[in-house]
Amino acid sequence: MSAMENADPLSQTHHVDLMLNMGPQHPSTHGVFRMLLRVDGEVVVDAEPHIGYLHRGSEKLAEGEQYHQVVTLFDRMDYISNFNNEWVYCRAVEKLMGIEPPERAEHIRVILGELNRVASHLLFLGTFGLDAGAMTPVMFSFRGRERVQALFEAVSGARMMHNYLHIGGLKEDVPDNFHSLMNGLLSELQADVEECDRLLTFNEVFVARSKNVGAIDLQTALDYGWTGPCIRACGLEYDVRRAEPYSIYPRFDFNIPIARDGDCWDRYFVRVMEMYESLHIIRQALKEMPEGPVMAGARRLIRPPKGDVYVRAENPRGEIGVYLVSDGTDKPYRVKVRPPSFCNLSALRQLVKNAYIADAVVILGSLDIVLGEVDR
Amino acid sequence: MSLLDALLLILALLILFTALSVVVLSLVWIERKFLGRLQRRLGPTRTGPFGLIQPIADAVKLVLKEDLIPSWSDKAIFWVAPLLVLVPSFMIWVTIPAAKNLVLRNLDLGLFVIVALLVVSILGLLLAGWGSANKYGALGGLRSAAQLVSYEVPLVMVVVSVAILVQSLDLRVISASQVPWGAAEPVLNEAREAGANFNHIGLPLVVIFPLGLVLFLLAGLAEVGRIPFDIYFAESEIVGGPFVEYSGAHWSVFFLAEYINTFLVGALAALLFLGGWYGPFLPEWLWFLLKTYLVVILIFWIRGTLPRLRIDQLMTFGWKAMIPLSFAGVVIASLYRFYDWPAWSLSVMSLAILGVVGYWIYRRYTQPVVKLAKIYGHRPRRVSNVS
Repeated sequence: MSAMENADPLSQTHHVDLMLNMGPQHPSTHGVFRMLLRVDGEVVVDAEPHIGYLHRGSEKLAEGEQYHQVVTLFDRMDYISNFNNEWVYCRAVEKLMGIEPPERAEHIRVILGELNRVASHLLFLGTFGLDAGAMTPVMFSFRGRERVQALFEAVSGARMMHNYLHIGGLKEDVPDNFHSLMNGLLSELQADVEECDRLLTFNEVFVARSKNVGAIDLQTALDYGWTGPCIRACGLEYDVRRAEPYSIYPRFDFNIPIARDGDCWDRYFVRVMEMYESLHIIRQALKEMPEGPVMAGARRLIRPPKGDVYVRAENPRGEIGVYLVSDGTDKPYRVKVRPPSFCNLSALRQLVKNAYIADAVVILGSLDIVLGEVDR
Repeated sequence: MSLLDALLLILALLILFTALSVVVLSLVWIERKFLGRLQRRLGPTRTGPFGLIQPIADAVKLVLKEDLIPSWSDKAIFWVAPLLVLVPSFMIWVTIPAAKNLVLRNLDLGLFVIVALLVVSILGLLLAGWGSANKYGALGGLRSAAQLVSYEVPLVMVVVSVAILVQSLDLRVISASQVPWGAAEPVLNEAREAGANFNHIGLPLVVIFPLGLVLFLLAGLAEVGRIPFDIYFAESEIVGGPFVEYSGAHWSVFFLAEYINTFLVGALAALLFLGGWYGPFLPEWLWFLLKTYLVVILIFWIRGTLPRLRIDQLMTFGWKAMIPLSFAGVVIASLYRFYDWPAWSLSVMSLAILGVVGYWIYRRYTQPVVKLAKIYGHRPRRVSNVS
């Protein structure tokens, strides 16, 4: 072998992938998520998600709090859809104690829960647009969300950590002008949703960026334990409100929007359509809302009987489950939460493999995670 | 050159720099106000009437901020990179005529100098990304090199076709040859006496060569890194790319260069295609500013509307659409000149090519979307009554 052959410049080089740390301080990791990307040029070869930056030990903390105090911990789990979280916890305790909240309270819970779904999806719409590089949708969608937040403040006194749903009903009745507030809000919100929808959904560049990106087939998605809009984007018509109806949902007429391909655009599309359905449900609930008390009995100290219970509900992000064990004292023995974001996030590694760096951001955005819930 | 000449030159450069800074301040204000209006916000309102002092407040904030330099960065490169971006974009303005006699140094090869200086900023961005010793910066620097080199080609080709049409690289002559002889006479006669060659067209080039303006604006958008081509800043992906480690005054130098370049794209579009500073009633410099600001506002508008393309889509668009089209532009411009066809023939050829492009864009981007809307059975309603 001559010296010339050894001088081949290519034999002197070796290929090294770049390890790119994305997060926990990165504008589009939606909180304090961190992923370690191994990139080859612009293509992600592998991704290692790191969670836990927002771990506050909520489940353990709940064991030291009285039952009615745990509501505040649930407020802080999925902090984008507080009402839905309070609701599922209250339902768990109510089921354990065998109490039924009054009709009026159920109606108000449905209205607030669905409004919270709209607000959560609006937030998703705006931030997903930002992930794809569009700066205007976030302004439009936040305006709609702001109207919802204003109503929440009028009802519960707080914009985010409401602590409004109590075990057995509500903390207090809604303000007297609730109906007029809601009627004004609903028409404005409908217009806001339509405006965002029109701006982004069928935008050519947006579709080029998100269609056929991060696609997953139904079986794999099921194996990862996906629920909510993410699994409906794969084509499965699964919604806890239908599959295991709770509260007064069987009385209402609503569709479950689904899509086909399970890619980022489909996940986005399902959420947009869900907003219309939620507004439809709210209108029906508002029409049928009866007068009456909002609290079943007036218990100061809650002591459920010994036993355990598992309750699930359809949160904006998917199916949330609460497993509650009571030992008969005034504090829960164990509270275990099955967070939808956590399960949806678990597929991230598979989804971002062989995608571009820009796609990794869009895929993460399309899963719509809330770190407060993932880490608890 | 006497001492007085040198002093006068320095004074003129200072005036130019000040004027450009004022322009940048105005652009910042217009962008914030205009984007605010697009997004149904008010934009800045608290600083002065209509928030007019906002850009000055921004500038003061930027300059007073701590200028962090990462300890493991390559200090020399880190320092030089912003200047490598700013100085060329400032130097270009020496040759840009804002009116018949409002130019610092009119060059016979003005267009050539501009194109040559535009390329230097790629080096600055690359060095900025590399010197800051940050992976996001490195990615951004490489992205900027890939993007700017790809889009430099169509930009140059458009400039070449303009040069073929007018037979001159002198920006004053190019502008003057786009208006009727009566208005253009002083400039053109002067050029003729100086022995220059040119072809007087008498119509703004946008009329006879619309293809060129479209390609120029698209390539210009990519050159200044504006949405949908802001791949190399890409705030949601690589967090500012080459600028990620810069702060304070250093960052504001990049910022200044970016806006000067945006204004440059507007000015070149006005000079090359919209008839420069010529127009009825108003003074010449005002016409120039009007046309330039119009193009710049168009750029802001696009920024407020569209998402960002992905790097492969950007490259596909650049190499498969922009470059062949710009060559086609050169071909039709040469045919027009060589056979001395009437002006309308070039317009027709231009529009035909644009039609083909439109159809291509329709096939590639709009048709899938229309199909998608049909499959999913959803068409968003137009909203008119939003408060």
